[in-house]
Amino acid sequence: MSELEQMYREVILDHYKNPRGHGALDPADATAEGQNPLCGDEVTIFVRFGEDGETIDDVGFEGRGCAISQAATSMLTELVKGRTASEVASLPKEDLLEEIGIPLTPIRLKCAILGLGVLKVALHRAKGTPLPPEWQGLADDLTI
Amino acid sequence: MAVSSAKALEVERLRADFAVFDELVNGKPVAYLDSASSTQKPRQVLDAMREFYEHSYANVHRGVYTLAERATEGYEGAREKVRAYINAPSNREVIFTRSATEALNLIAYSWGLENLGAGDVVVITELEHHANFVPWQFIAKKTGAQFAHIPIDDAGELQLDALDEIAARGNVKVVANNLVSNTLGTINPVEKLAVWAHEHGAIMVVDAAQAAPHRHIDVQALGCDFLAFSSHKVCGPSGAGALWGRRELLDAMQPFNFGGEMIRSVSLERTSWNELPYKFEAGTPAIAEAYGFGVALDYVSEIGLDAIEAHEHELVVHAMEQLAEIPGVRIFGPPADRRTGIVSFEVANVHPHDVAQILNWEGVAVRAGHHCTQPLMTRLGVAATTRASFYLYSTHEEIDRLVAGLLKVKETFGA
Ligand SMILES: Cc1ncc(COP(=O)(O)O)c(C=O)c1O
Repeated sequence: MSELEQMYREVILDHYKNPRGHGALDPADATAEGQNPLCGDEVTIFVRFGEDGETIDDVGFEGRGCAISQAATSMLTELVKGRTASEVASLPKEDLLEEIGIPLTPIRLKCAILGLGVLKVALHRAKGTPLPPEWQGLADDLTI
Repeated sequence: MAVSSAKALEVERLRADFAVFDELVNGKPVAYLDSASSTQKPRQVLDAMREFYEHSYANVHRGVYTLAERATEGYEGAREKVRAYINAPSNREVIFTRSATEALNLIAYSWGLENLGAGDVVVITELEHHANFVPWQFIAKKTGAQFAHIPIDDAGELQLDALDEIAARGNVKVVANNLVSNTLGTINPVEKLAVWAHEHGAIMVVDAAQAAPHRHIDVQALGCDFLAFSSHKVCGPSGAGALWGRRELLDAMQPFNFGGEMIRSVSLERTSWNELPYKFEAGTPAIAEAYGFGVALDYVSEIGLDAIEAHEHELVVHAMEQLAEIPGVRIFGPPADRRTGIVSFEVANVHPHDVAQILNWEGVAVRAGHHCTQPLMTRLGVAATTRASFYLYSTHEEIDRLVAGLLKVKETFGA
């Protein structure tokens, strides 16, 4: 397979064209939005917890962006459903990258993990789960 | 505009000045279509800078020894080249900065903080680069001035009939506009805006970052008060830029940075500023970069800005014709005769990042993103565009490779 065929393999294009978990959840127990300053892409994530207040029952997203960012966020929703907030807060990005399963340049890596970062910020805000330094930039609001 | 075939031959000759065109990207020669972002550098500039470092380098304006004299001569010689390039009345009005961005920030801070307040209006446009947008937005907030924008029409042209309404909002104090839009290539009616600005007692600030590399600039004919551009977009090194400002304004302004070189005398009680232009050049400047900037201006001047403009026009006509034939491709901005060598477009249902990624595998380098013009993206109703931009070394063949690459994009995405 050429590099091109690998990056845009069928599963990526399928998640891009038919994103899972697409759409806002209203009401939601946790939400956050983030941008990729490089391209202005945006992702907003919505989370609903189960009765224990810990387990992610449902997760949805809205946004616009490249195939990699949108497919990755779609895959993320499948990956985290049924897990607890603290599990997801400490979920290494490698788990998601493994799921995506394509070679990524450093710039495209940012696209791939945007959704995961935004989800971590949402959980941090709603549940006080730890937000490692790597993701803290996303949570800053520095509006003039 | 007709371009003779002799001109096309010259492009091949010029390309030999740029070693980068021997470079293979993914096994293919690079088709560099991102010159609006930054241009490639000719051997002449690189050699001259190396020579300067090896034979004439020291800090400027300080030593009495020979090397310092040579360095100062090289640096001040570059200032004179910038002056001539934009037909400024005096080289005391030419300030070296780090970039166009720094030049625009200098104006916003040094002029804006002192001269703006409640009841005043700062006017920018919907197609401004963030470098000429955000500094004004920030200073307007800080001083309590209003921040108004001139909207564009669907073809990416400024809607000047909005000016009356803007003037009714308060005292218009500054109008800031790019002469050429970096995203759409639109050539803006800066002369008209300058007249309007002056009628209202405002100053006219021109961001010429995308204009100076591609067409003749004459600050006196433009009728503006400040003008900024960057070396790296005109075949020079990064790290150098220029600001031109009218003497009376510069004289009345406070410095932007403080430190060495910009002072006349310093004591525990008080400090007085150096004369123009040094008042605005605190610290050791980018000496060799400024020198290389001057060499780059010589390089493009020798080729001739008319020839460059005509060549780019031919390329943009070709590109727009070719792109228009691809179903699902939509071009943003004005017709070819109202723009420079810049084409922003979208491919239906494919994000610009993906477009650029697939083109990269074909060795075609284009820019994908918001191009530092997010308010314009909002106006166009997109998050990002793909942009191809040309310069004196760009060829028809590179555009044909772009087109072939776009067919591959569509095939990959089944779009
Ligand atoms: C229209 C315009 N203005 C300002 C700038 C800023 O130039 P620089 O990044 O060299 O400071 C650019 C460069 O992208 C530009 O295209």
